[in-house]
Amino acid sequence: MSLLHIMILIPFIFAIFVPLLYKFFNPRIHTGWFVLIIPVIIFIYLIRFIPGISSGETMYHSMAWMPSFGINFDAYVDGLGLVFGLLITGIGALVILYSIYYMSKEREALHNFYVYLLMFMGAMLGVVFSDNILVLYVFWELTSISSFLLIAYWYQREKSRYGAQKSMLITIFGGLAMLSGFIMLSMMTDTYSIREMFTQINVITEHHLFLPAMILILLGAFTKSAQFPFSIWLPDAMEAPTPISAYLHSATMVKAGIYLVARMTPIFGGSSEWFWLVSGIGLITLLYGSINAVRQTDLKGLLAYSTISQLGLIMSLLGIGSAALYFGYGREADLYVVAITASIFHMINHSTFKGSLFMVVGIIDHETGTRDIRRLGGLMTIMPISFTIAVIGSFAMAGLPPFNGFISKEMFFTSVLEASKLTEFNMETFGILFPVIAWVASVFTFIYSMILVFKTFRGKYKPEKLEKKAHEAPIGMLISPIILASLVVIIFFFPNIIADYLLKPAVASVLPSLAEGGIIDMKISAWHGWNTELFMTIGVVVLGGLMYMYLKKWVGIYRLYPQNMTLNQLYNSGLDHAQGWSKSLTDGYMTGYIRDYIAYLFGFFILFIGGTLLVTQSITLDFSNNAPVNVFEGALVLAMMTAAVTVLFAKTRLTAIIALGVLGYLVSMFFVIFRAPDLALTQLVVETVTTALFLLCFYHLPKFKEHTKRVPLKPLNLVISIGVGIIVTLFAFSANGTRLFDPIASYYEDAYELAGAKNIVNSILVDFRGIDTMLEIFVLCIAGLGVYTMIKLGLDRREK
Amino acid sequence: MKEPNDIILRGVTKVAVVIIFTFAINLFFSGHHNPGGGFIGGLGFAAALTLLFLSYDVESVKANFPVDFKVVTSIGVLIAVFTGLGGVFFNEPFLTQAFQYFDLPIFGKTELATAVLFDIGVAFAVIGTAMTIILTISEDR
Repeated sequence: MSLLHIMILIPFIFAIFVPLLYKFFNPRIHTGWFVLIIPVIIFIYLIRFIPGISSGETMYHSMAWMPSFGINFDAYVDGLGLVFGLLITGIGALVILYSIYYMSKEREALHNFYVYLLMFMGAMLGVVFSDNILVLYVFWELTSISSFLLIAYWYQREKSRYGAQKSMLITIFGGLAMLSGFIMLSMMTDTYSIREMFTQINVITEHHLFLPAMILILLGAFTKSAQFPFSIWLPDAMEAPTPISAYLHSATMVKAGIYLVARMTPIFGGSSEWFWLVSGIGLITLLYGSINAVRQTDLKGLLAYSTISQLGLIMSLLGIGSAALYFGYGREADLYVVAITASIFHMINHSTFKGSLFMVVGIIDHETGTRDIRRLGGLMTIMPISFTIAVIGSFAMAGLPPFNGFISKEMFFTSVLEASKLTEFNMETFGILFPVIAWVASVFTFIYSMILVFKTFRGKYKPEKLEKKAHEAPIGMLISPIILASLVVIIFFFPNIIADYLLKPAVASVLPSLAEGGIIDMKISAWHGWNTELFMTIGVVVLGGLMYMYLKKWVGIYRLYPQNMTLNQLYNSGLDHAQGWSKSLTDGYMTGYIRDYIAYLFGFFILFIGGTLLVTQSITLDFSNNAPVNVFEGALVLAMMTAAVTVLFAKTRLTAIIALGVLGYLVSMFFVIFRAPDLALTQLVVETVTTALFLLCFYHLPKFKEHTKRVPLKPLNLVISIGVGIIVTLFAFSANGTRLFDPIASYYEDAYELAGAKNIVNSILVDFRGIDTMLEIFVLCIAGLGVYTMIKLGLDRREK
Repeated sequence: MKEPNDIILRGVTKVAVVIIFTFAINLFFSGHHNPGGGFIGGLGFAAALTLLFLSYDVESVKANFPVDFKVVTSIGVLIAVFTGLGGVFFNEPFLTQAFQYFDLPIFGKTELATAVLFDIGVAFAVIGTAMTIILTISEDR
């Protein structure tokens, strides 16, 4: 276990202690102060990698997890992972600092909050630093689960539960699709390591599973990164506390999809399907998100759609940039390297400005009691610092200088213009769409950025519509957004620091084949001269400005779109139908009678076990090795049969139970004869306890029907019972007569040397196969709790 | 329900329970070298408790034996998991057990094995589960 592993696992380990810290310190010290230490430590640890990584080194540490299956916890740090790692811990630290002032320590369940948050942080670090795809998948799903828990943090609210369920259904669906994609990849390459897959790219591209694997993995990435049409979960995820929205649903988790696409680019990039899917879906999402953001009246809703749109932008850049791998080497490839650079650059920028905007919106919500644009206005003089931050954030989002969004937006325009000139991948026909969509979406982006600033901070102050008297936030709440906002400006003036230390190694890991040629040479500058990109930006500002001024005149167009055709409507009705359908299906066979369930169980038993015996032709009746049956054994069998038949024809239930007990004790006698004292003891005690249980249940059973003197013959039950008897007998005979492999018993004979135990059975239970026993007591525990809750719940309901 | 007046049952129980408890604990400790172990020991213990609950009413037993069996279950599972984790700190796979022989004053040469700790977890889990189920069902009237 290396230090890197410890750093990935430390959030999980620390999460165990959070509830204790909360319990002991809560009213005095906000739990967040303890939690804050973790991301800061990891951030500092990761920063130390920057010099090495930027000079082309990578870090690799392996830890055995399931070596026999080739599944190891391989931690791998390269440029791409490092950028994400720094974002996760850096923004994470700021968000936790912000949350200390945002989340009230008197009212909120802080221990839950921080446990989920730490769980998310660890999972996210695991995603970006895992080299093994199955480990990556596990962490990937953990992010979905922690996101679910955080959205449902205020679970008393109907909308929180709805949003949580929606995000979970969509992202887990994507995660499972991704898992099958991963399995296909490992089938093609016979490895689980991403780096080893990179060495077999030719094998993958020529394999017939190439396209299915690609689509499935993209499904995972698109659902996570809220790409159209899976984007519908993100606006509903805004029910989470605002620090969470800032952290998970804009700065980090939704970028996991971006990470995956970037990580998989060396494998799939260069094919036309990848190019079209990634850039096409990205552009559609960009347009969809920006158009929808304009109509939002909730500030967080607006930011949610804007996040969707920005994610689409980053995604489309990755798609365009993948063309570099098609060209492989040379001047043309260089043009597309710009797109990859722009995507990672914009992702960093987006985290800074969107993070600060979310925090400002949280402040507004916190200090005025509402996020509704229609009720807000005139806050500029009341909250001057928040206003300044909001201006910086939104102008960066709109792509205006002197903020970092301007540079990456210009690079985006450069890339789409390059893409439109592309002659491969059928781009002659559709190429022109790229800059057009990008430009239109940018106009809408400009409009909603303006709405965000001016509708909230300018206009008339309407105190009568606010729940609280508005005032500036406490300084602690402002620190984090101020840091992010100053980064927005600093990056604009010194973009090359980011480029040299972070972007270059990141691009090198997205395009490894190009990096080997050493052609990735980037110089980012804010001023490119009077070129097409700049004129596009000026056009965006002019048209966007005009449209913003006349917003009231044309915003009614949105209402023309039929409400019952939205994606949300589709999701809701789909969910309703699925629930109704599964309910009627379940009601069809869940009769509530145990006799029916037993019939199902044994029916399937006959079908599968009997079927397998027949299909594999493994029925053997070989009695040659059997020992002779002596009188005592015969007598025992006879007694057992008598007991069994007594159960069937017993007149009262008590007789039946006692006869059943006799049967059980007789079985334990057999264990004694066959020299299995452990089994005999267990059987005896189990039999005693179950008989006691039976007697307890006695009260609850319905009256034994005595009046039915003659039970009518039920053919199905007859077939099932005879069938089970025959199959079990055949199975036992066949098992005795067949030896597929050498018995493993000889291994256990060394129990005394290996485990220091003379009792082999016990050493198997606690030592050799300890994990089985552990899982068995888990099952026991769960069964006990299940019985407890079912009966207690039933009792409570009856008492009402 | 009419209050049963089982003098004989209660009298026998008082003696029998002690014997069963002793037997159960013996079964538990003999598990390493002779028939027995955590599962049987736990079940035997649970059987004795059931006998107590059957012959006396639930309330009076609970008053003298104030244990929440759900907690016992979870403690058992936790013990099992944590003894399993013990191996991890010595760079061994999860659930690796160790044993060593010691010369103790009264017992002489004695073998101490971590497997016993794991078995305690199993026993607790079994006692807790069995009693939770039996008690909840018996309370459901």
